[in-house]
Amino acid sequence: MSIQLKRREAVQNDEVARYERMIEIREFEEQINGLFATGAIRGTTHLCLGQEALAVGLAAELRPSDIVMATYRGHGIALALGLSPESVLGEIMGKTIGCCGGVGGSMHLCDMDLGLLPTSAIVGGGIPIAAGAALAFQTQGKDGVAVSVFGDGASNIGAFHEGLNLAAIWNLPVIFICDNNIYGEYSRINTTTPLLDLHERAESYKMPHFAIDGMDVKAVQKGVAEAVNRARSGGGPTLIEAKTYRFAGHSRADQALYRPEGELEMWQKRDPIKVTEEDLLSRGLLTADRIAQIKSDMSTTIEGVVATCQASGEPTLASMFQNIWTPKGAINK
Amino acid sequence: MSTSSVMRFRQAIVAALADEMRADSSVMLFGEDVAEAEGPFKTSEGLLKEFGPLRVRDTPISEMAFTGAAVGAAIMGMKPVVEIMFMEFLGVALDQLVTEAAKMRYLSNGVISVPMVVRASCGSGLGFGSQHSQTLENWVAATPGLKVVCPSDAQAAYSLMRAAIQDSDPVMVLEPRILYAERGTVDTSHRIEIGKARVLRVGSEVTVVSLGQMVNVSRAAIELAGVDAELIDLATVVPWDRETVLESVKKTGRLIVVEEAPQSGGWGSEIVASVTSNLFGTLKGAPFRITTPDVPVPYSGVLEAKFVPTVEDVARQLKESIASGTTPKSWWELEGLK
Ligand SMILES: Cc1ncc(C[n+]2csc(CCOP(=O)(O)OP(=O)(O)O)c2C)c(N)n1
Ligand SMILES: [Mg+2]
Repeated sequence: MSIQLKRREAVQNDEVARYERMIEIREFEEQINGLFATGAIRGTTHLCLGQEALAVGLAAELRPSDIVMATYRGHGIALALGLSPESVLGEIMGKTIGCCGGVGGSMHLCDMDLGLLPTSAIVGGGIPIAAGAALAFQTQGKDGVAVSVFGDGASNIGAFHEGLNLAAIWNLPVIFICDNNIYGEYSRINTTTPLLDLHERAESYKMPHFAIDGMDVKAVQKGVAEAVNRARSGGGPTLIEAKTYRFAGHSRADQALYRPEGELEMWQKRDPIKVTEEDLLSRGLLTADRIAQIKSDMSTTIEGVVATCQASGEPTLASMFQNIWTPKGAINK
Repeated sequence: MSTSSVMRFRQAIVAALADEMRADSSVMLFGEDVAEAEGPFKTSEGLLKEFGPLRVRDTPISEMAFTGAAVGAAIMGMKPVVEIMFMEFLGVALDQLVTEAAKMRYLSNGVISVPMVVRASCGSGLGFGSQHSQTLENWVAATPGLKVVCPSDAQAAYSLMRAAIQDSDPVMVLEPRILYAERGTVDTSHRIEIGKARVLRVGSEVTVVSLGQMVNVSRAAIELAGVDAELIDLATVVPWDRETVLESVKKTGRLIVVEEAPQSGGWGSEIVASVTSNLFGTLKGAPFRITTPDVPVPYSGVLEAKFVPTVEDVARQLKESIASGTTPKSWWELEGLK
């Protein structure tokens, strides 16, 4: 079994491993801004600080043969599904060690062995595609499940409504996860959207729907498991709304000065890492010493990942011309 | 009243929007984060404050809805300007612009006008990757009824924006994102008509036709190569200025189009075809294009820098073609890549 599949298995089987993966995502994301400052990263990035529980809880309940279609805010989901930090950071740094060889960048992470389709940088772009992956499972008689993760803002785009409607009438094995972090770029949800409980939008498609606490990995797992069971057993699609919060700005350039005073602090009280820590401590699965050790080990690990990625090569000019069409003479898979 | 001042490209856009909004109360602006946040690229600084929330509006992430709303509002007497943050996002709204807006005059026997403007940032160079870096003029260039302009400096950004808003047809303004921070002198009384190319340098040896961010690259390449080139900023892609281009090539006998777009299907093919058809017997060499290769925009900085036509490569091809009379190979042909 590959190292990446082992990483996946760990979050599926072990709740301490899930906690550790959340710490990994946190440490990873916290490195990013510093790397911009040194010029090692260009363009933009969209961090998932504060949203680690959603990524890890989702990965815990899916099989590697299931399909996930996520977004530009995808570092955490990629790591949770099992991509190595080197393949994710390497991609963000445009190096050959990256999962797309450096031509994709932060917004486009992919690993089909782990079920991660290339993350989309178009809001709502992945929603119909997940429905289509589910259509293939259904038609082929497989028990696979497709998942689309997207933001609150994406629920205002046509692809959301068309995708849900189609999934509903075809009873597709797909789960729509709306990561409601209450902001779409610099706009708070109440200024763009006439309802706050976005899962209710599934009503008009007669689709099962509910909200979950996106700051609690166990709550995420429970909700995802319910939808997975329904989808795998032929019960059709579900819309899950995960109530989360984006601790950082929308993207690199954003200081998030538009947030009402105290809002961030209020959500930080429900920091998903803290929530899990308290749970594991109270059940005696972790000690304070062990937590300190995990955190310091992880920060050493991530420092090593940064060094490895820095040492990785730049893509060759030839790589610009690869993977555009099926190579001549190749048999279509 | 004429005033000249130095400003950034993005400020020239703000100034043009503000001047049009002051001059005409039917001009309004909407798009994602254009009001409160003053635009993701700060191209609407101060507009909400000056013109208020009725005329300057934030929208949900619903490009189809707000582009379509611009069509309806334009038909009924408003002059909406909408912002598509990255040109790629027009994909989810294309129908409203090319299939609806561009056909209204035709399908109403000439009764309906659609005086709307769709602004979109475009182009490569900033590390945004393959879904946020394309130029995509060719999405809109083959739609009669729609006009397409693309400024290359602050003056053009100002003057073309005003012309686009004043126009009674739908106009797409392509804003090369990499130029937003560039400074230039803007004379607010200077007009640039839609459909009129700008001759930025007079020369006798070769005509270089260029657009958007490639205009600066072409200018620098001409300097580097030390050739006496005539530099034309096409400025309007549709309807493009045949007269100016043909007059210039009649004089120089040579044409090179420098284009930030894949080799296949670019606007430059139209220029080369027209010039070749009209001036075939008089040419000193085959007109040709310098483009990007037929590949998606790569993220890696090393690759992206090579992807887009560079000053050095344009200079090489300028010199080579004048010296030999033949068409130079592209860099990727020289490297044996394809
Ligand atoms: C069709 C389209 N329109 C606009 C954008 C620009 N954009 C990128 S992310 C974003 C905000 C999306 O908000 P949301 O769906 O809530 O997801 P979040 O970023 O909060 O995770 C916007 C407007 C885009 N990428 N695609
Ligand atoms: Mg959001």
